[in-house]
Amino acid sequence: MKHIKLLNDFNLKETACKGGCGECQTSCQSACKTSCTVANQKCENEEQR
Amino acid sequence: MIHKYSMSGYNIVLDVESGGVYVVDDLTFKMLDKINLPMDKSCPDNLFKEFSKYSIEEIQDSYNEIYSLYESKRLFSDDNVYEKYSISAEQTPIKAMCLHVAHDCNLRCKYCFASTGDFGGNRELMSLDTAKKAVDFLIKNSGKRKNLEVDFFGGEPLMNFDVVKKTVEYARKEEKKFNKNFRFTITTNGILLTDDKIKYLNEEMDNVVLSLDGRKKINDRMRPRVSGDGSYDSILPKFLKLVKDRGTKDYYVRGTFTKHNLDFSNDVLHINDCGFDQISVEPVVCDASKEYALTEKDLSKICEEYELLANKIVERKKNNSKINFFHFMIDLKQGPCVIKRLRGCGCGNEYVAISPDGRIYPCHQFVGMEEWNMGNVYEDNLNADIKDKFSKTTIFDKEKCSDCWAKFYCSGGCNANNYQYAGGNILKPYELSCEMEKKRIECAIMIKAALS
Repeated sequence: MKHIKLLNDFNLKETACKGGCGECQTSCQSACKTSCTVANQKCENEEQR
Repeated sequence: MIHKYSMSGYNIVLDVESGGVYVVDDLTFKMLDKINLPMDKSCPDNLFKEFSKYSIEEIQDSYNEIYSLYESKRLFSDDNVYEKYSISAEQTPIKAMCLHVAHDCNLRCKYCFASTGDFGGNRELMSLDTAKKAVDFLIKNSGKRKNLEVDFFGGEPLMNFDVVKKTVEYARKEEKKFNKNFRFTITTNGILLTDDKIKYLNEEMDNVVLSLDGRKKINDRMRPRVSGDGSYDSILPKFLKLVKDRGTKDYYVRGTFTKHNLDFSNDVLHINDCGFDQISVEPVVCDASKEYALTEKDLSKICEEYELLANKIVERKKNNSKINFFHFMIDLKQGPCVIKRLRGCGCGNEYVAISPDGRIYPCHQFVGMEEWNMGNVYEDNLNADIKDKFSKTTIFDKEKCSDCWAKFYCSGGCNANNYQYAGGNILKPYELSCEMEKKRIECAIMIKAALS
């Protein structure tokens, strides 16, 4: 495309059916203990990836 | 819903529901404001008039590109398709624990939410018996979850180092029996670090969080020792040794910024210049009456500073310097599934904190608030009502979150901050935090655009 550059090519909706395994890190166990940040956590589900 | 903004010369567009992120040219950026839904396959006549300074071919092309993303449901995609997953949000197993091994500290940090280490109670250390009971409690309540996380926290956890070591030893023995995998982290101010302790932490801890606010005068103003002297000179060489010896294992040098250093980008860059590349510097969260508190009036300066920092990080990365700022980390290509993004931090549901005497709280920030006491590891009597309340804190349970473009990135914010600083309701977002988080997300995406 000429006018639009895609920074990603994944669709969050597709993660709904296989998601929710709960194995990924709890956000406050990383570096933040006061300001919650979730979107930077790694997915641990092999099937999902 | 879409969200669009310009920063550092990039026009950025997010399709909230699909997670699509795009960099667009000026014509497309403006045209997106004029799109009527549902879209027609052919470009409406009014757009040719509206953008007459562009050629017909350019307008047609731009419209066609927007339409192709619309058709594949990656732009203007349906709103609130995820609400059904929110309604079915259930009480999950407990898989993460913040273990308060020391409600005592050898620093007297002025902004400490733990009241300089004691969480408003007595200064005390956790016994090994209590720590073992906490490990047993976690295993017992973890259901089928394999990865279990324990963060040694305080106060200053190295004040109770022997219990840390023996707890790790005990958990390693138990994990084999129950087919679990423990991941340990520790958050330390570094004062008590020795070569032996550094070696131990580097071997056993999956992640270490090292507290340092940045420049010496900034750090020492807010992080004095009990004597009143600063802590910077003592801890910096120890942190450098720890990180040098750590190899590729995770760590963060983590600081807090306050009203006294609204130019906190200098502190982040100072930490980087000292030789650390994994950095987190977070806004202080406290009562607005404190002299160092961040308030609405500081917001525009804080947002400017985040943007400045983002541009500096782009500059350093383009020069092949290593720097990773925790709050600008974002995985646009995968990241957590939408279920995780709906549930947020999981406090009080999959995550709990244990006080030195074994009491259970929804998270480290609730420790000491008796109205949120969920039970005791000695009695094994978890309060199901409180757990249920926290299982219903998804972004669709929070009125202001469901309409927010940032909902799938921040996931509803910090329930403890909401409770303490936004009117006593865990479901009512603390707006100052929301505005800072939105700015950080915009910066994080701009960095991706600049480096793509």
